[in-house]
Amino acid sequence: MASSSSTYLVAHEVSYAYPRRGRSGTAHAVDGVSLAVPRGSFTGLLGPNGCGKTTLLKLMAGVLRPESGTVTLEGRVLADMPRRTAARHLAVVPQDTHPAFDYTSLEIVLMGRHPHLRPTQLEGPGDLAIAYESLEATGTLHLATRPFTSLSGGERQRVVIASALAQQPDILLLDEPTASLDLGYQLEVASLLRRLSRDRNVTMVMATHDLNLAASMCDALALLRGGRLLRHGPTSEVLTTGTVRELYDVEADVHFHQAAGHLTVTPVRRVG
Amino acid sequence: MMAEGAAHTALHHALRGPRPIRTRLVLTVAGFGALAVATCVLAPLVGSSSINLRRALDSSIPFAANVDAQILFIARLPRVLAGALVGAALASSGVVFQALLRNPLATPFTLGVSAGASLGAMLVIILGGTIAVGPWSPVPLASLAGAGLAAAIVYALANGPRRVMSTTVLLLAGVTLNAFFSALIVFVQYLADFASVYRATRWLMGDLDVGGFAPILAALPLVAVAALIFMRLPAALNLMGVDPDSASSRGVDVVRAQRWAFFSASLATSAAVALAGPIGFIGIVVPHLVRLLVGVDHRIVLPASALFGASFLVLCDLLARTLLAPVEIPVGVVTAIIGGPFFLWLLVRDA
Repeated sequence: MASSSSTYLVAHEVSYAYPRRGRSGTAHAVDGVSLAVPRGSFTGLLGPNGCGKTTLLKLMAGVLRPESGTVTLEGRVLADMPRRTAARHLAVVPQDTHPAFDYTSLEIVLMGRHPHLRPTQLEGPGDLAIAYESLEATGTLHLATRPFTSLSGGERQRVVIASALAQQPDILLLDEPTASLDLGYQLEVASLLRRLSRDRNVTMVMATHDLNLAASMCDALALLRGGRLLRHGPTSEVLTTGTVRELYDVEADVHFHQAAGHLTVTPVRRVG
Repeated sequence: MMAEGAAHTALHHALRGPRPIRTRLVLTVAGFGALAVATCVLAPLVGSSSINLRRALDSSIPFAANVDAQILFIARLPRVLAGALVGAALASSGVVFQALLRNPLATPFTLGVSAGASLGAMLVIILGGTIAVGPWSPVPLASLAGAGLAAAIVYALANGPRRVMSTTVLLLAGVTLNAFFSALIVFVQYLADFASVYRATRWLMGDLDVGGFAPILAALPLVAVAALIFMRLPAALNLMGVDPDSASSRGVDVVRAQRWAFFSASLATSAAVALAGPIGFIGIVVPHLVRLLVGVDHRIVLPASALFGASFLVLCDLLARTLLAPVEIPVGVVTAIIGGPFFLWLLVRDA
C-alpha cells in the first residue's frame, strides 16, 4: 500500500488561485496541498463551503492546471499529458449537469468514449456495447433513448456516472455526487458507487458535505479548510468530534452506529 | 411536440432511433445533399421570365445572341450559387456559435460580426472608397474588415487572463458591440445624402444578386477554410454542449476548441455577409429545423445544417424573385418573414 500510494494519483504541494480581472492580490482556492490517493481506495474530501474541495478535485482531474506544484498519475505529470490520454485514466462526475441541447441518455453516455476515439472517428459497435454496459451497470438501460433533460435528478446523476464509466477510467473523481438528490436517490447512488469501487476496483475521490455519506463510503478522509489540508488519514481516525468542530465550527456527536456499521455524525450546535 | 405532425415524427424516429451513428450520418447527408442538389439545379430554371432550357444549353447559338442562356448563366446561376454558399455558411456557423455559447438561441450575428461588417460596408457606400484587393471590390472588402474588427474586439474581451474564454463575456460583448455599431451606422446614414442612404439600406436588407461569379469565387476560399475547421469540431461541440468542465475531463482541450470554433464560425459569417449582406434568421431557423428532424448530435447537425441552409436560402430567394414578380422582394425580408414567427414559436415552445 505504501509503495503504490506514493506512485498513483498524487498532488505535490499544489496551489491554485482563480484569476480575478482588474484586482491585484489573489486568494488561493487551494494552497500548497499534498495528497496521495492509493490505488483502489475511496477517499473523501471534506470541508466547509469554499474550502477548495472542487478546485482540488479539478486539479487532480487535470481540468485545471496548478499554478505551483504538480499532480502526478503513476509518476507522470498530469499537466504534461495530452487531455485525451489523461481522460483514459481519470473521469469526473460533476454535481449537476445542464446540457444546452436535448441529448438522449445514450448520446451522453457515448460521449464518454471520446478519449478513446480519434477526433473525427465515429464510435463503432464496440463503443456502443461499452455504453450499453455502462447504462446497465447504473440501472439506466431503460432510459437510453429518453432525452436527458426529461429525467429526474437521480436518473440524471446515474446517467452521468454511466458516461464516466464509458470512459473506462481507473479513477473516478466525484464532486458532491448526491448533493441535489433526495434521500432515496442518495442511497441509490451511494450503493452504486460502493459497488463500482468494490467490483471494478475503481479508485474513488469524492468531495462531499455529507459527513454520514463520507463515513459510510470512504476508507480515508482529507479535511480541507481555507484551501489548506488540515488532516488526511483513515476515516476512523480522522472523523472525530474535534475535527468536525475544527472544520465547521460545529459541535457534533460522532459515534459508531451498530446497525449502519459505520461512524455517524449528529450535529448538535454551532460554536465559536 | 404534438404539433410536429405525424409524418414529421415518423421521419424523426426513422433517422434518430437506435441506428448507429454512421448509418444516421450517411442517411442524413444523402437526404439533405439530394435536396440541396435538386434545389440548385431546379431553382435557376424558375423565374419571372420563363426560359427555354433546350435553347439555353444549345451551344450552336452564339452566347451573345442566346437570351435564354444569358438569363440562365448570368442572371440566375450566380444568384443561386451565391444563395447556396451564403445559406450553407450562415446555417453552419449558427450551429457552431450555438454550441460555443451553449445557447440554442444564438445566431451568427449575436457576437457583432454582422454589425461590424455592416458598418464597414456603410462607410464605403456612403463615404466612397476605391481600394480593391484581388477579386474583392471595395464594399465587400470593407465589410470583411469591419467583421474582422468586431470579431477581434469580442475575442480580446472574452479571453481571460488565464486564457479561458468566457461565454458570458462573449455574449455581453457581442450584444454591446451590436448596439454600438448600430448607433454608428445610424450616425453615418444621418450624415449622408438620400441616394447613398438608399443604397446602404438596400445593402442591409441582403441581396444575392451578386453580379457574376467573381464575388462568389472570392468568398469561396474563406468559407472552404471555415468548412475544413468545422469538420474537426463536432465531437468537441457535443461535449461542450453538455458541460465545458466535463468536456475537459472527457479529453477535450476546451480553450483550443473554443478558439477554433470562434475563428471558423466568424470567418464563415464574415465571408457570407461580405458577399450578400446580413441576411437574418438562416443561422437559427435552419439548425433548429434540422434538430427537429435528426436530433442534436453535432456530427450530424453540422453537415445537415450546411446542406439544408443552402437549399433553404436558395428557396427563400426563389420566393423573393417570383412572389411579386416583376417586383423583387429583398431576400432578407423573406427570411425574416419566415424566420421571425418561427423564432417566436421556438421561444414559446422552449419556455
